[in-house]
Amino acid sequence: MTRRRLTDQLATGWMIVSVLVALVPLAFILGYVVYKGAGIVSWTFLTKPEPFDFTHSGGGVWNGIKGTLKLLFLASLLAIPTGILAALYLNEFGRGRFATAVRFVTDVMSGVPSIFVGIFIYSLIVLETGHFSAYSGALALAVLMLPIVIRGAEEVLKLVPHELREASLALGVPRWRTVLRVILPAAASGIVTAAMLSVARAAGETAPLLFTSFGNRFVTGWSDYGSPDSALPLLIFRNARSAYEPAQQRAWAAALVLIAIVLVFTILGRTLAGRRAFRS
Amino acid sequence: MQPQASRDSEPGPRAGPGSLGESMTTTTETPAPAAALERLKRPRSRLGRSADQSFRWLLTGFAAVVLVVLALMLVRTTYVAWPVFQQHGLELITKQRWFPGDNAFGALSFIYGTVLTSVIAILLAVPVSIGIALFVTEVAPRRLRVLLVYLVELLAAVPSVVYGLWGLLVLLPWLERHAWEPISSVLGFIPIFAGPANGRSFATAGVILAIMIIPIVTAIAREVVALVPHDHKEAALALGATRWEMLRLAVIPYARAGIIGGTMLGFGRALGETIAVALVIGGNPQISASIFQPGYTIASVIANQFNEATGFHIQALLAIGVLLFVITILVNVAGRVFVWRAARGLA
Repeated sequence: MTRRRLTDQLATGWMIVSVLVALVPLAFILGYVVYKGAGIVSWTFLTKPEPFDFTHSGGGVWNGIKGTLKLLFLASLLAIPTGILAALYLNEFGRGRFATAVRFVTDVMSGVPSIFVGIFIYSLIVLETGHFSAYSGALALAVLMLPIVIRGAEEVLKLVPHELREASLALGVPRWRTVLRVILPAAASGIVTAAMLSVARAAGETAPLLFTSFGNRFVTGWSDYGSPDSALPLLIFRNARSAYEPAQQRAWAAALVLIAIVLVFTILGRTLAGRRAFRS
Repeated sequence: MQPQASRDSEPGPRAGPGSLGESMTTTTETPAPAAALERLKRPRSRLGRSADQSFRWLLTGFAAVVLVVLALMLVRTTYVAWPVFQQHGLELITKQRWFPGDNAFGALSFIYGTVLTSVIAILLAVPVSIGIALFVTEVAPRRLRVLLVYLVELLAAVPSVVYGLWGLLVLLPWLERHAWEPISSVLGFIPIFAGPANGRSFATAGVILAIMIIPIVTAIAREVVALVPHDHKEAALALGATRWEMLRLAVIPYARAGIIGGTMLGFGRALGETIAVALVIGGNPQISASIFQPGYTIASVIANQFNEATGFHIQALLAIGVLLFVITILVNVAGRVFVWRAARGLA
């Protein structure tokens, strides 16, 4: 009896320790980023580009912030509509063998290493055009976002009550209008959530950009997608591995900015999910 | 306004604002039941059906994008890397020496590092993830459960470059001094713990990877544990089982396939993780039994060498990228099959 109870207590202890083991690194990482970065982030830091070598302090990360925003914009433009339409297909007509294949490949694609997506776009675009470019980086991010949007949107579309569709079809509304005017609006807020989460995920990616967008110490124009472009993760990666103190400090502060951007998209997505029209 | 726009964007016979289409649209938009009934009596027009048909084809086309992208990924990279496969063949995975200047491309040490770091990550992460999943679903009060799920998800939201930054500048020096050195001085006679202990090592990369995959494994373990029927748990408790005995006899066997699947998905993620590993692994192409030695993984060698590489060297890096892709896909597919089977078996 006592041995059984002791085992039970030990098991409970293991579970509590497990929770702590996961939460302690989280607290340390976020704590360090804030502790090291908060003192450096300033208006200048947010609005000036990087200085020209790692030994210099000062300057900022504006090239990275602007690059990240540009890349996310184009990647979203490519991946989000495609993903939503593919999800509509799966939800409306997704029963045959083709649909099973699409679902399966979508799952498989979400497991593709992000570095591989980088070398794929490199061999497809960069090798052909002969230069690094922001649009190739955006394309790489779009490839990573696509499966997230599809699966996320499909989950939400599934929750739209069947009665809505039936009511619309019974009124003689054609299928395509039912889908676009009834089903899609009903799931809209949930789809926005899925889209936001995919953007948050893409914002933090480094590996797909190394050989596509490449990085740039200059600030590029908003519509200039043909030049190589910086991104916050790239900038953090290069500054972090530098041996110089000013660069490492810049990496910490840039990490704080990056985490803030990721959190904004995540929280935006989650709060919109809270106001969903339909719940399961 | 809106239906007009969406119809106009539609390919197929109904693309133009034809007069028949126009009148149909107004009929369907009228909510009056009389009009609806009237419409039901009529057989559906050919035009309406062909619009639905083209809509279906349009959606199918977008769904096909994922298939095209995945196929293109494999074909294009393999095509560009083909000379390497042709020239080196199996040597790519059986030889250890990687020296681009000498046309030596053996990736065995990278494969070793990839597998070793991922195995370390799994060994560390899986017990923790199962513990969290059981705690969250079976032990924690409701409010704490919501908070914990949210926090563990937050762990997944942290970008891998931030893990790398923290791992390199904070965790690595700490582990070297307070963990790897003491362990290797006490247990150094065992080959895997042999000194001299280095912070930049397989072990440090394994620890970082473990932290990164905990959210993935936990999420799936939580899902399958939540699927265990209440009857089974209550039956165990009614027979006088303690909570642990209930978990061990009723919950864990039921959730086993799902947990294995989740573990494999975590393993797949660890195999392909690049940036965090590239920052802490040390970048030394060697096969050492000691986990406290610097090494290399496939993903991190690509990240580190690609931008300085030219010509054949780039193709060789693409070739080992294809290798990594194939391995992770296989692991992922196996993991998915387990998770699917678990979910279906329990439904």
